This record gives sequence, C-alpha cells and structure tokens, in this order.
Amino acid sequence: MIETAIFLLFALLAVASALVVVLHRNPVYSTLSLVVTLISLAVLFVLLGAPFIAALQILIYTGAIVVLFLFVVMLLNIGREEISQQRGLVQKALAGIGALIFLGIVASSLWGLYGTTQVGPLTEDFVSLQALATLLFGEYLLTFELVGLLLLVAVIAATVLAGRLSKASQVSVPEEGLPGPAGGPGPTYTEHPDQVTPPEGVR
Amino acid sequence: MAFDLIATSIKLALFLGIFLGAIAPIMVWTERRFAAYIQDRPGPNRLGPLGLFQPLADVVKFFFKEDVTPAAADKLLYLMAPVLAVLPALTTFVFIPFGPTVEVGDRLVPLVVSNASAGVLLFLALASLGVYSLVLAGYASNNKYSLMGGIRASAQLISYELAMTLAVVAVLLPVGAFRLTEVVAYQQGFLWNVVPQFLGFFVFFIAMFAETNRLPFDLPEAESELIAGFHTEYSAMRFAAFFMSEYIAMTTLSALCATLYFGGWDLFGFTEWAAAGMAGLFLPLWFWLGAFGMAVLITKTMFFMLVFVWVRWTFPRFRYDQLMALGWKVLLPLSLINVVFVAAMTLAGIY
Amino acid sequence: MEMVPVSWYLLLAALLFAIGTAGALTRRNGITIFLSIELMLNSVNLTLVAYSRMLNDQTGQVLVFFVLAVAAAEAAVGLALFIAIYRHRRTIDLNRMNLLRW
Repeated sequence: MIETAIFLLFALLAVASALVVVLHRNPVYSTLSLVVTLISLAVLFVLLGAPFIAALQILIYTGAIVVLFLFVVMLLNIGREEISQQRGLVQKALAGIGALIFLGIVASSLWGLYGTTQVGPLTEDFVSLQALATLLFGEYLLTFELVGLLLLVAVIAATVLAGRLSKASQVSVPEEGLPGPAGGPGPTYTEHPDQVTPPEGVR
Repeated sequence: MAFDLIATSIKLALFLGIFLGAIAPIMVWTERRFAAYIQDRPGPNRLGPLGLFQPLADVVKFFFKEDVTPAAADKLLYLMAPVLAVLPALTTFVFIPFGPTVEVGDRLVPLVVSNASAGVLLFLALASLGVYSLVLAGYASNNKYSLMGGIRASAQLISYELAMTLAVVAVLLPVGAFRLTEVVAYQQGFLWNVVPQFLGFFVFFIAMFAETNRLPFDLPEAESELIAGFHTEYSAMRFAAFFMSEYIAMTTLSALCATLYFGGWDLFGFTEWAAAGMAGLFLPLWFWLGAFGMAVLITKTMFFMLVFVWVRWTFPRFRYDQLMALGWKVLLPLSLINVVFVAAMTLAGIY
Repeated sequence: MEMVPVSWYLLLAALLFAIGTAGALTRRNGITIFLSIELMLNSVNLTLVAYSRMLNDQTGQVLVFFVLAVAAAEAAVGLALFIAIYRHRRTIDLNRMNLLRW
C-alpha cells in the first residue's frame, strides 16, 4: 500500500520532470529537472531493492555529472533556444508519434509477457553488498578494469579537447620568414604583402 | 511495522531537536565569543550574562531586515537556492548513530534514525547535493562576482569530496559494511580509527574544512575577495538560511568525523557503564543508554566545532589555485596511499 | 500487502526512454539533446534494475554500475567537445553545425 503510493508519486515526478527536461527552452531549467528525475529514479531503485545503486546514482550522476553540465551551461552562457519555425513542427509531431508507437509496442509486449506477476519479497542476500561485490570483482573483473581504462581515456580526451593548446604545441615561425622553395631565403614581408619582392631565381 | 514507525519518529525528533536545536544557537554564540577571545577583545557581552542572548538578537535582526531581490535575477532559482542549501545538511543527519542497539521490550532497536545498509554511501551522496545551492545562488543572482564565487565554491566542493570519500573508504575497509553502527562496533573492539588510520584522519579533517567552505578554504565567500561570493545578493532570512546551513553542515561533518575516527557514542565503554549504573532509576536502561550515548556524541561534536572556530581565526586564507592544487595534488594522492595501506593491513589481518 | 508489479517499472522506463528519444530528435540546443540522451541512459538503468529484481540476479545491478561509469565518461568527453565547438562557432545550435553537409 505504502509502496504503491511511493511508486506512483515518484514515477509521476520522474515523468513530469522528464517532460520538463525535453520541453523547456532554458537549458538551466532542463538540467535541474534532470536532477529531479535522477533523484526520483534513485528512490525507485531503493524500492526495487538496490540501495547501493541508488546511492551511487545520486553520488555520481547528480553529484558530479549534472554539476558538470551546469558548469558548462553557466560558463558558456548558453542562451534560450529560439522559437522554432514551421519546419520544426512537423519534426516534433513525427518524433512524438514515433515515441508513442514505441511506447505502445513495449507496453503491449510487456503486458503479454508479465501481466501483473508479483515478485517475491526482498531477501537479505539480494540487498547485500557482499554478493554485489563478489559479482563485480569476480565474474566482471575484466569489465571493471576496462571501464577504468575507459575513464582514463575520457579524462585525457576531455583535457585535450577543452584545454587550450600549450605553447610547445603551437607552430613557431622564425624571425626572418620561412625558407623559400629552393632552400634560399623566402619572400620578405617588410612592406605591404601585396608588394612582396620574390627571392632571386623565381620568375 | 507501527512500532518501527513510532520508534523512528521519536528518534528523529529527539536527534534533530537536541542536536540541531541546541547546537546552532550555541555555535553562533561560541563563534563570536571564541573569536573575540582569540583576538583579545571582549566579544558580545551586553545581551544577557556573557552575551548568551546574542543568537536570539541575531534571529530577530534577520527577521526584520529588508528583503532585497535583484530585479534581473532568475526568480525561481534565486528563491530555491537557500532551501537547497538546508536540505542536504539536514537529511544527512539521519545516518549517525547515537547509541548501541538497545532492547525495548522484546525488540532490538538500533539507536540511529536510519540504519540503511548503504548508510555512509547515502550520507556522502546526500552531502554531494550541497553543490547545487552554491551554483544556483551564484548563477541566479545575475552578478558576475556571485557567479565566480558560486563556480569556485562548487569546484572546490567536488574536488575535496573525492579525497574525503577515499578517506571514508579506507575506514570502511576493515569494517566490511557501510553502516555507521558497525563502524562504531568495530572501534569498540579495536582502537579508535584515528590511531591506525592517522593519514586518513588527516585527509578527512582537511577536507572537512573545504567541504563546508570554512577558513582556510573560504575564498568563495570571503568578504575581501569576492564581495561575499555566492551569497552577495542575499539578505535577511535567505542569508540566514545559508548561514544556518553552513553551521548545520559543520555539525553533521563533525559528528561524522567523531563517529568514523573517534568512536562515536562510545567513550571506552563509559556509555554502557554509566547507563548500567543509572538503570532502573525512573527510566529503563535503553533510555539511559541513548541519553549517555548522545551526550558523548555531542561532546565530541562540540570539540570539533571548537576546532573549526579556532582554525578560522588562526590561519590565513588559501588562494584559489593553491586550494585546488592542494585538493588534487596533495590530498588525493595521500588518500590513495592511505587506502592501499589500510587494504594491505586488512588483508594481513592486522586491522 | 500487494506490491507493485515489476512490469510497471519496465513501463515507466519505456516511457522515459520514449520521452528522451523524442527530445533528442527534436531539440536544437546541444545541451538539451545531451540531457535527453542521459535520460535514455537512466531509463535503461531502471530497466536493468527492474529485471535484476524480477530474476533475482544481481548481474543487472553490476551492469548498471558499468552504465553509470560509461555515462560519466561520455558526459565528460561530450561536454569537452561542446566547449571546443563553442569556442570556434560561438553557438551550440546543432542545426548550424552543417559544414559537412553537401
């Protein structure tokens, strides 16, 4: 009874804030609605007997990833999106219809497969940390290490993409100009570039 | 089911009421008197004996101040930011135990408001939500100093959160569970964690200051640096909300530090001994266990709060690049070394 | 005490996925498209946890753990890309990123 009430409350909250994420014009509000969605999903995870995943979701997703989003939005001062023209309306309608068709297919197949089957009550060893850890570091150890490697690659990529080029990596032009095609001194640019004097030997 | 609900409500009311209702005004008074003592001046001494009614006067002042809202501020976010500051500070309180597992009638009730199996992890997760109030306050104020202060404060918070989380992980390694009740039980059977894991305590202690934006890490809200940082445009009750949320966060983190490293509600068996001595006196054993446990916890928390105030008025402020360098280049490697060391000792069976 | 059937969670996840897809296909602002993608990833997380509960197997939770880590990596690199794009083109409107169009 209480569980159903909690589920309905947080499910509605998740859907409402997801709609705000997708529909709102201001990206800051979209980001904050995503936070609400993530927290409602974390509550649903707890209801499903996964408190560790819920804590990780809040810690990593809302505590770090969405904060990163907020930083980028605020520092780059991403403005509101302009009102779209007619062309966008057809696109939106098609996307909406596609989403509804997808939803219909999934709902009908789920209803056919599972209907209203109940699951057994939560056992202590389902919620336990030991079992999860044994699985993570036993059977999925290789995946764990690969994900660590992936995160390292992501850090390097993010630093390279967003950082400014260091002095050492910029091409330096020597004082007297680049050498000409024959190896001799290149054209001098002391005057206006339109009146460049070509080096000797070039017609 | 009903018994659990009633028990949890009573625990919540008692814990929040006593801890927060008592600590916050005491902290306001303590900060000003202790600061004055360090600076060799009298401090507030006009309102009541020793200036003890000063917090009351402060609250009245906050009520009557004019509430100024910047015209071009983002209204919804501006109003939401102080509320978002208080929520994580309050919700993280529920995981801290204030007594052993007592027998009430025929049930075993652990003296902690929420004995979730992911206790410390949920604590850290909810504490990490405090970043949002800073960023939103800075952004919504439509003031470039506030924005800078907000971004800097939140970057500082997420940087030091990492070192703090690793220090907590090192504490949890020999315990084997995430519940704080088990951490205290482990310390009862062994030494207080500050002795075997001194490096972890050192890292956690420094990260505590950075997490609550207290000196020497308070550049984002310092008066001489960025006007007042992210809470420049807030006045009266909203500023009081930020102010109080900072004290509550300090209290929570001090209580967590006391529980993780200094034995929590247990003072070398004093709690159980005193409760056994007083048992049967008007009220049953579980009441005395809870009362003495909470008294010990409050004493340890107040000790850390005094250290917070002491450090504030003793050290100069870090510059922002020094602050970030300290967090990433010094504390994080130390934290990692601590984790590896504790893991090795746990495997060897020493811890 | 009747509990919530697990298929309701799956339905909710499908709904969130549909909303996320519609958003990713419709919006022009790069950040909002990115947020819609994160919404889709979260709906997948919910599906995994729901199935883990239904089949009483914690593998679903382990997979969620990995999805979380991969989403973090993807968010970091994606936002770095956005910063680089913004530096050059001063806009995040993805309809204007049409240099490669013929």
